[in-house]
Amino acid sequence: MGNVLTIILQRLALGFLTLLIVSVVIFVAVNLLPGDFAQSILGQGATPESVAAIRRDLGLDQPLVTRYFNWLGGALQGDFGSSFAQASFANFTGSASGSGSVAQQIAPRFANTMFLAAVTAAIAVPFAVFLGVLAALYRNSIFDRATNFFTLSSISSPEFFLAYILILFLAVLNPILPSVSNIYNGMPLGERLEKSLLPALTLTLVVTAHMMRMTRAAIINLLASPYIEMARLKGVSPMRVIVRHALPNALAPIINVIAINLAYLITGVVVVEVVFVYPGIGQLFVDSVKFRDIPVVQACCLIFAAAYILLNLTADIMSILSNPRLRHPK
Amino acid sequence: MMWFAAFLLGLAALAFAFRFAGQVATGRAPYFRDMTFGVAYGYLLAAAALIWLVWAYVQGRSPDPLVANKFFFLRVAIEGFIFFTIAAWLFRILGRNVGTKQTKRLFRSMPLTAAFGVMIILVYIFVAVFAGVLAPYGQAEIIRGVPANIMPGGNVAMGGNPDFPLGTDQIGRDILSRLIYGAQNTVGIAFATTVIAFLLGGTLGFLAATFGGWLDQVLSRMVDVLMAIPSLIFALLLMTIASVWAPRLGIPQTYFMILIIAVIDSTRVYRLARAVGQNIVVMDYIEAAKLRGEGLGYLMFKEILPNATAPLLAEFGLRFCFVFLTIASLSFLGVGIQPPLADWGTMVRDLGGFVNFAQFAPMTATPPLLAAGAIALLAVAVNFVVDWALHRSSGLKD
Amino acid sequence: MTQEPLLKIRGIQIEGRSDETWTPIIKGVNLTLQRGQVMGLIGESGAGKSTLGLAAMGYTRDGVRISGGTVEFDGIDLLKASANVKRDLLGKRIAYVAQSAAASFNPAHRLIDQHIEGPVQHGLSGRKESAEDGVALYRKLRLPNPEEIGFRYPHQVSGGQLQRAMTAMAMSCRPDLIIFDEPTTALDVTTQIEVLSAIRDIVAQYNTAAIYITHDLAVVAQMADRIKVLLKGEEVETAETRTMLDAPTQQYTKSLWAVRSFERPTKPAVQTGAVPLVSVRNVDAAYGKEKVLHDVSFDMFAGRTMAVVGESGSGKSTTARCITGLLPPSAGQILFDGTALPADYRKRSKDQLRQVQMIYQMADTALNPRMSIGQIIARPVQFYLGLTGKAKRRRVDALLEQIELEPSEYFHRLPSELSGGQKQRIGIARALAAEPRFIICDEVTSALDQLVAEGILRLLARLQDELSLAYMFITHDLATVKAIADEVVVMKDGRVVEQGPKDEMFSPPHHAYTDLLLSSVPQMDPDWLSKLLAERGVDNIGDAAVNKM
Repeated sequence: MGNVLTIILQRLALGFLTLLIVSVVIFVAVNLLPGDFAQSILGQGATPESVAAIRRDLGLDQPLVTRYFNWLGGALQGDFGSSFAQASFANFTGSASGSGSVAQQIAPRFANTMFLAAVTAAIAVPFAVFLGVLAALYRNSIFDRATNFFTLSSISSPEFFLAYILILFLAVLNPILPSVSNIYNGMPLGERLEKSLLPALTLTLVVTAHMMRMTRAAIINLLASPYIEMARLKGVSPMRVIVRHALPNALAPIINVIAINLAYLITGVVVVEVVFVYPGIGQLFVDSVKFRDIPVVQACCLIFAAAYILLNLTADIMSILSNPRLRHPK
Repeated sequence: MMWFAAFLLGLAALAFAFRFAGQVATGRAPYFRDMTFGVAYGYLLAAAALIWLVWAYVQGRSPDPLVANKFFFLRVAIEGFIFFTIAAWLFRILGRNVGTKQTKRLFRSMPLTAAFGVMIILVYIFVAVFAGVLAPYGQAEIIRGVPANIMPGGNVAMGGNPDFPLGTDQIGRDILSRLIYGAQNTVGIAFATTVIAFLLGGTLGFLAATFGGWLDQVLSRMVDVLMAIPSLIFALLLMTIASVWAPRLGIPQTYFMILIIAVIDSTRVYRLARAVGQNIVVMDYIEAAKLRGEGLGYLMFKEILPNATAPLLAEFGLRFCFVFLTIASLSFLGVGIQPPLADWGTMVRDLGGFVNFAQFAPMTATPPLLAAGAIALLAVAVNFVVDWALHRSSGLKD
Repeated sequence: MTQEPLLKIRGIQIEGRSDETWTPIIKGVNLTLQRGQVMGLIGESGAGKSTLGLAAMGYTRDGVRISGGTVEFDGIDLLKASANVKRDLLGKRIAYVAQSAAASFNPAHRLIDQHIEGPVQHGLSGRKESAEDGVALYRKLRLPNPEEIGFRYPHQVSGGQLQRAMTAMAMSCRPDLIIFDEPTTALDVTTQIEVLSAIRDIVAQYNTAAIYITHDLAVVAQMADRIKVLLKGEEVETAETRTMLDAPTQQYTKSLWAVRSFERPTKPAVQTGAVPLVSVRNVDAAYGKEKVLHDVSFDMFAGRTMAVVGESGSGKSTTARCITGLLPPSAGQILFDGTALPADYRKRSKDQLRQVQMIYQMADTALNPRMSIGQIIARPVQFYLGLTGKAKRRRVDALLEQIELEPSEYFHRLPSELSGGQKQRIGIARALAAEPRFIICDEVTSALDQLVAEGILRLLARLQDELSLAYMFITHDLATVKAIADEVVVMKDGRVVEQGPKDEMFSPPHHAYTDLLLSSVPQMDPDWLSKLLAERGVDNIGDAAVNKM
């Protein structure tokens, strides 16, 4: 057991290190921007004094390394600095800053996105694993070919195409679900679910296809192993072959597939949120990109990367835990 | 909901009857004798779906415009599916009888989906190359004396114009022409990006595989870090920066996009090239060549590369799809290919709102769906071909 | 033999799918097996032995189908029986022992849990009783720690022990018939002998009928009562083991037997004071921190063959890597013609590289699949000798003739269009093309069928006589050593255990390990195993004996 623990600790350390380096990459990338940001916020008519003031406010006059550690230290405490858009606004109105903190902006949207991802995962994971196992068991049948056709088509379609198709059929032609997800705080769960259902379904289509294909491949790979043949030749019933011999070994690849696809969700969520005007972190990110609101872009990027790394790490650790060779060392 | 559950239950009963009838009718032939209930249920489910599709198609042909409108898109989808199936089938027959010996043999073992893929790819190449000839107007041409926002469909009564079958956009450009030019821009840019990504990632990957050691370590760790950031997110971040630099340096933003996506994507190519390269490098014939005293150039180009072409080609298809979809997404989000270049992703963004009018006039919803569909169609086609190629190279594995 | 046979296969035809068409694998074979009898199925790779063995269980792998004939087990037609009837027989009355025990045990469960699955699932006994029975079987099969070994996971147990555990598992329901599918092929000789004796004893003890599939004549001679020889899906002949060994009737069988008798005449001893062509001097080597060679020294002379023998992991191939310079030794040096070679191949001159050539075990991975035969052989001709155009072509043609392949026919072919033996010949031609004086042959015949392997050995012997080459012949097969070697080096755990001229090595007295290694190689004599066991006792063979050293 100590063996496994060391490996997992190593992976955790490695994941943490990766995240740290990624934060450097993000920070450096952002600082590749031409220096006079304050100017671009205030526009052409700004006086040198106000530019300098804003630079000081945002800490832009500090050296790069100091700024990085300030930023990282803040980020670790949940303080991502203040949004440029909000900062300039605060400056003009003279109101107290603080209402414009990035963290405050992100927090509710982050919750919304997590909600969307959770709904999607709740639909997609059981559905995809079930279909994937089915396709593997009946491989090369008509069913297998048909699902192959549909999953390939779904993988190949951009998210916004699937989104508009769903809007067309489920919101416009048959007004069953709303096509705009205007979610606000304190909305009752039922209504919230209904409003999130179309974006969730769109994401489900994409993620299910990926997950199903990977599950199918993993199971087929497994069923071809000699110990499955051995179990059959021992006269074990087909059900028992699956449950007792295939499943314990299939768990690792399937969990891996799920984690990888949840990580994939992170990318998919951006486009889908924009289509459905879903107030999540993806939409905020795209808006900030357009307005070049750097602190928000930085923070969103870091959150996305962290989630992505975390999910991949989970996949890694799960497959280590379910490997009998590692669990029971020689 | 209740109704749907009752329907599923009814099907279950029918499935039981179906299996029993099959057993009786065939005198307990092994197929029906060993059929599980799930399989029987699956057959009935498929049959029900088929019947519903036929019903929907008939509805789409209904004389009542309200009903017909409602099923218009389903009808078009079904017709399109049948049309493409027949076209792919004819194309395969053509391929089996025309061409060199090798291509004929290739077509003989080709499934219909792959034939469809090859056909679509050829059509796209044709349209992309001859876009200037095929399109009635220029991609950025604001046509004089023609109003903006002409309704698609060419029906004058509905606010259309037969000269502009897909209408005009908000500043009076011909949508059909822009759709055709989109093939050139969207596909061309994606292709160029993929090529750059391959040159970069492939070269570094093979170098890492051949040399190993610190070069491999450094490159691989760098790639690990880059791959730890989701690619679309990273692309968006870098595009933000590029959008500031582009006007200052006077370089079109699109060039930045090509470079950024190529670099991000080359990490995936690097991984594959390195893995493929490593599999080849451990072969005894490489050892024999090394022991002979061969130089790096000979090893790379004569011994390793020829053996890596098959997996790399398949990967090229997959990467192309990925790049193509990423660029489309970026354009859709407004930071990809920049106007005045006509591009499908941007078109979907600009025209997407029209989907909401589909209820009253189905044709109004077609331009965004056509643009998005054009993206999907090419990606599907490439994926079908790659799927077949991978299946072929894996041989009898499954 | 008035009794009704246990297994009756009549005119069975089996097809395999390749590229959407079905091609025959087994073309109408009959097989009759009495209760308690052991039938040896022997043939070269591709003869259809395993397919036939599985068909005897009414089972086919994916992409294989039975297209004709009948399989009758104890009066039950296995090909017509429903899935449930068959499932009831499998494991309970017919059991299977696979070639790779490591892959055939489920990695997720303990050995004993897999052992009791058969009896419990077939309702023969409870978990506790069958677990106790399992321990008893482990003991009978002479597994170490029979009480505890069942509680281990497959990856915690060695290959030879796993193979015995699998035999125990097959025995768990006391079946009437066991199919052994090459159970010892992947094992070293000293391990093989333990597994063989264990299997033989237990089968005899419970009077179980068995089909024993193998490509090794000497092994089947120990195990089987009757032998059936297969060739390309057809039966060549069937007879009692002794009759078959003493007086085979068919030409093919005779030629199989004759392979074993190939032996080169002994050469006169090396003159004292002669300069060895290649001399390995006190070589140590390590992979990373793990030291794999300890003070290895031996000399090789022009026109002579040095056989390097030892089990897997003994350091044979590592020594070869040190000589070629792929793995620079951590101490010691390699002398070529009296002068030291640079340790790293990258530092050697073109001429030094040319003098030392190598032939590999797997011809498949040794030839670039994208190059034609002509290109493969021409490359060293051009690279080392600078020949181009017609001169190059003439040289390649001459080389192809030297390895007995028609130049015009093979020049443009790709490696994939050649048989295994032909590919190995191309490997030889590529080595010869450099006009070397020393060739390392790394297990060059172990992947080949016996008849083909003999052809390669004869070719190598002829080339040595013609060109006065020195060979370093790495092998684990002592029959090959007998056939071709002049001197022998025995290695174990990275050390040279013993070395000397072949004749000395094959006659006692010698080092205990050499003795064990030599005595573990199965002989064609059907009584060999029994005699050996009587001589040494069951606890003094195989790994048990190695561990005592």
